[in-house]
Amino acid sequence: MSTPLLRVRDLTVAAHGDPIVRGISFDVEDGQCLGIVGESGSGKSLTVLSATGLLEAPGLTIGGSSVLTDTTGATEIIGASRATLRGVHGPRVGFVFQDPGTSLNPLLDLERQLTEGPETHLGMTRRAARRHALELLEAVGIPDPEQRLRAFPHQLSGGQRQRVMIAIALACSPSLLVADEPTTALDVTTQAQILDLVRGMQDERGMAVVWISHDLGVVGQVADDVTVLLDGTAVEQRPVQEIFASPRADYTRTLLAARPTLGDPRPAPAADAEPVLRVADLDVSFAVRTRTGTRRIRAVRNVGFTVPRGHTLGIVGESGSGKSTIANVLTGQVRADAGTVRLHDADLLATRGADRRDLRRRVAMVFQDPFAALNPRATVERSVSEPLRVHGLATGPERTRRVADLLGQVELPADFAARYPHELSGGQRQRVCIARALACEPDVLILDESTASLDVSIQARVVDLLLRLQEELGLTYVFIAHDLAVVEQISHEVLVMRRGETVEQGPARAVLSDPSHPYTRELLAAIPPAEPRVRSSAP
Amino acid sequence: MTAPAPTAPDATPRWRRVRDHPATRFLVVRGLLHTAIVLLGVITVTFSLMLLVPGDPVRIALGTRYTQESYDALRAASGLDRPLLEQYLDYVLGAVRGDLGVSFRNGEPVTHVLLDRLPATASLALAGVLVGLLVAVPAGVYAALRNGRLADAVVRITSQVGVSVPDFWMGLLLITLFSATLGWLPSSGYVPFGEDPVEWARRLALPAVTVGLVAGSIMTRFVRAAVLDAIAAGWVRTARSKGLGRRVVLLRHILRNAVVPIVTIVGIQMATLLGGVIVVEVVFAWPGLGRLVYDSVTARDYPVIQGAVLLIAVLFLLINLLVDVIHTLVDPRIRNR
Amino acid sequence: MTSTRPSTRPSTRPSALRLLLRNRVSLLGCLILAAVVLAAVVGPWLSPYDPNATDVGNALRAPGAEHWLGTDQLGRDVLSRIVAASQVSLRVAVVSVSIALVLGVGIGLLAGYARGAADAVLMRLVDVMFAFPVLLLALAIVAVLGPGLNSAIIAIGVVYTPIFARVARASTLSVREEPFVKASLTMGTGHAYVLRHHVLPNISGPVIVQTSLSLAFAILSEAALSFLGLGVQPPQPSWGRMLFEAQGFVGQAWWMSVFPGAAIFVTTLAFNLVGDGLREVLDPARRTALAAQGGRS
Repeated sequence: MSTPLLRVRDLTVAAHGDPIVRGISFDVEDGQCLGIVGESGSGKSLTVLSATGLLEAPGLTIGGSSVLTDTTGATEIIGASRATLRGVHGPRVGFVFQDPGTSLNPLLDLERQLTEGPETHLGMTRRAARRHALELLEAVGIPDPEQRLRAFPHQLSGGQRQRVMIAIALACSPSLLVADEPTTALDVTTQAQILDLVRGMQDERGMAVVWISHDLGVVGQVADDVTVLLDGTAVEQRPVQEIFASPRADYTRTLLAARPTLGDPRPAPAADAEPVLRVADLDVSFAVRTRTGTRRIRAVRNVGFTVPRGHTLGIVGESGSGKSTIANVLTGQVRADAGTVRLHDADLLATRGADRRDLRRRVAMVFQDPFAALNPRATVERSVSEPLRVHGLATGPERTRRVADLLGQVELPADFAARYPHELSGGQRQRVCIARALACEPDVLILDESTASLDVSIQARVVDLLLRLQEELGLTYVFIAHDLAVVEQISHEVLVMRRGETVEQGPARAVLSDPSHPYTRELLAAIPPAEPRVRSSAP
Repeated sequence: MTAPAPTAPDATPRWRRVRDHPATRFLVVRGLLHTAIVLLGVITVTFSLMLLVPGDPVRIALGTRYTQESYDALRAASGLDRPLLEQYLDYVLGAVRGDLGVSFRNGEPVTHVLLDRLPATASLALAGVLVGLLVAVPAGVYAALRNGRLADAVVRITSQVGVSVPDFWMGLLLITLFSATLGWLPSSGYVPFGEDPVEWARRLALPAVTVGLVAGSIMTRFVRAAVLDAIAAGWVRTARSKGLGRRVVLLRHILRNAVVPIVTIVGIQMATLLGGVIVVEVVFAWPGLGRLVYDSVTARDYPVIQGAVLLIAVLFLLINLLVDVIHTLVDPRIRNR
Repeated sequence: MTSTRPSTRPSTRPSALRLLLRNRVSLLGCLILAAVVLAAVVGPWLSPYDPNATDVGNALRAPGAEHWLGTDQLGRDVLSRIVAASQVSLRVAVVSVSIALVLGVGIGLLAGYARGAADAVLMRLVDVMFAFPVLLLALAIVAVLGPGLNSAIIAIGVVYTPIFARVARASTLSVREEPFVKASLTMGTGHAYVLRHHVLPNISGPVIVQTSLSLAFAILSEAALSFLGLGVQPPQPSWGRMLFEAQGFVGQAWWMSVFPGAAIFVTTLAFNLVGDGLREVLDPARRTALAAQGGRS
């Protein structure tokens, strides 16, 4: 057996003495892709970045060994001098990071950012480096590269920025590419394109890839071998097919089971339920200031839907599709230009005064980011009881009891009432947010990406909670999400949006299993399949 | 700044491309408009200073020299006998043309009095900012690069000390040491550069060091914070992931991105020092704007106070405008949003 | 995205004070402040001499057993005068900064929350105020109102108002966009409730920091005004005035300038150290944004 490209042994990372990575070993074989999977706090990025020598922070102690062996020779990374590491980064290991918005220097044009690596390592002249940069942009699929060389990062879309980042990483033809959650900040269709691009580059250049992700589905599409991390230890390390087919560790099984997958639609509820929310001909536009004056952007165009009692409508779309604008209209945050919104028989948009306040109460919302949706200076009790106070729903000891009840409904112990948000985990906070929404005694619950920022295992439990609450309380949901698989789990009807317009709507089963519109098909195709990819070139 | 690529099809220098960009023109126009609005507010505030004086400013100004004739003469000369609105419009129009009325003290046009004092203040302000930058940039950058270590703590505490020292006290201490005790440098007075450059520099030394150390301490803290922010940016990690040399990472990816906040604080310091480090000018008997304001306050020479306050505010606005232009040159995101 | 979020949030709130005292430098600041306040309160009973009692026979005595910090040109005890002046300095600083705090936070809160036209008008006003250097504006105000303690208080209060307005507005603008504010509004909560329960508590960090820094600058400004003879009026002792009188004796009586100046310096430093510590404790993420507001005369 030949020497692996990167051999990591007993890697440990501690921050101010607290161990975060507790002795991880793995090999990356030449030309292969190793997927590193773990939820937040598992230490997956720390592991890989310290093994490749890019981690540099005061208070961090790194132990163990990580040897990079390629045509240049064998180099021990841990404890290597800065000069040695500078020779490793670029020509031997390239990096792509999560957030393409901040990975590129906003003050430099693309040419400068693409040429500085090759000029340093390959001894290229400015002219040669520029030609090289053009080829790279072309290779990663940036249209009109000649023009784009002079562009600045803010002039590119998120997907394009990530392509440029990949071009930068590949500029000095490294033998190893480290990809740290490179698609997490992107839309699904863009994610699919970036996955294709990296796979293509890998095959073409025969380089190895370490792909870090929280998403088993994505890893299944790129990896040959997978390492599953939990709390800084590797719980399972095997070829991707085996991980998916016969996971050995409990935690791997949990991850696989929690992962929302397509093809398991929710049974349709009674069809004769009365309509609760009726939206018709909704138009919303925003004024956007540009340097030539003010322009109006039509965020939502002519959208309509009806949600019966106890049903869930899933609204699906990518960023900029207008799906969140609908949530804002329903909750009174944004004014509609035209259209009607009726809650039972009341007109939500036209009602004023005290009635309006009561209507607001009956449409409650749960936000995406549970860290930001709770006032950090208020206790759980204070947050959950706010609707009770504001609408005079309960006072005195009655209020305390209601808060305890509500916490019980979202499966949190009553003594959580005294806690502050920072003392809770992400999943617990989202439960508090749900309890607060329930305190309004709403008819309709708007769930705007409410599970999107949670780890998969927690997301699955929150989805279960939402389903149970709907059964028990007869709630009507509008579930807004970009993740079709989660939408399928929870929705009875689905509405697909693109650029403010309805692309397709109908029963979830019909739309998701037999889409009629090409865009819906594109979205569905972009979702990483449940089963891992079989790599034709695998040895 | 990087030189334009030799093969770039468009050989126009970058600054010209920026200058001629429609967005730049728009920004400059908008900046000017904003400045004009604020300027009108500033003129109005300055004008109303005299109105707020309890009692009759002319009478107070004349003090023991008061006679009915001198009173009427001064009132008429200052236009204070006319209706308020007319006075206001006159003041605004006059201010725009550079006519700020006449001094209560000697009847000299205020504009002359001010222009007379400007060179001394400008020398002190420029020298002070220069001393400050010489202290702040190395100290701030070094502290940021050694974040959390001993050197950082030393710089932070030293700068905190510098910010807390009353500048006029530091002036007194420096005079005590270098003039009264060692006798190396003169303790007061100003000699125009054109007259005797060496003496100009000798007399400038102590006041410039006094204001420079205080300004430098303030700027050190900003430079450190700006560089720290820049170091934490994602693109610095990207730069390191390219294996670039330390100097390239520091200059091109860290300092360049810290320039915008640093330019802002340098502009503020420059404006502050131009505005007269009043007390330092008094301590060093420096015949600048600050000293002038002080003397005029003592003498209740309101037109000169108004004029000086207005001039200094205008200088502040001009510097701000300049800072905005520099931001536009450095940051492409401001150029073309 | 999820993985980085929790660590950027400021941690535990209830123990902010304890965190502050755990930092050695801030602890030093707190101790100095406590000493200055103590001197201001009980000093008059403890100080060895009447601060205004002249004794020409004992003029310009160097520090010694009888007069620890020496005497001035009229034979007054420097230590007793410094102690007596601390009371005036603190009073001017606290009252003027309170004025600035109330006015500034009011303006900033309104501008940042209402946005739109109200914001534009209020902020142009603040821009106008900002165009005048602090001490110059204070001087102009004193010129109008006439020299004296109250003029100094009003002048310093007015010149520090815009800083509070900017800090409060900037924080309000960002807090207003926080989902928890939106969450509250979607439930039909009124604006007054949102301001009181969600916005105000969450902008208090930067405002408290600014208060501490402004107290430092107010001490300096009062000293400067008194130095110029426009603040505290004789015979009431003040640090600035003592320095002014020391000017004539630079060569012969170093103690006359060194000790009052040191009093100003130490008090200012203490407020600055505490302000810095508070910034770390209350709002580590906004270090620069805030620092950008802390301009000085």
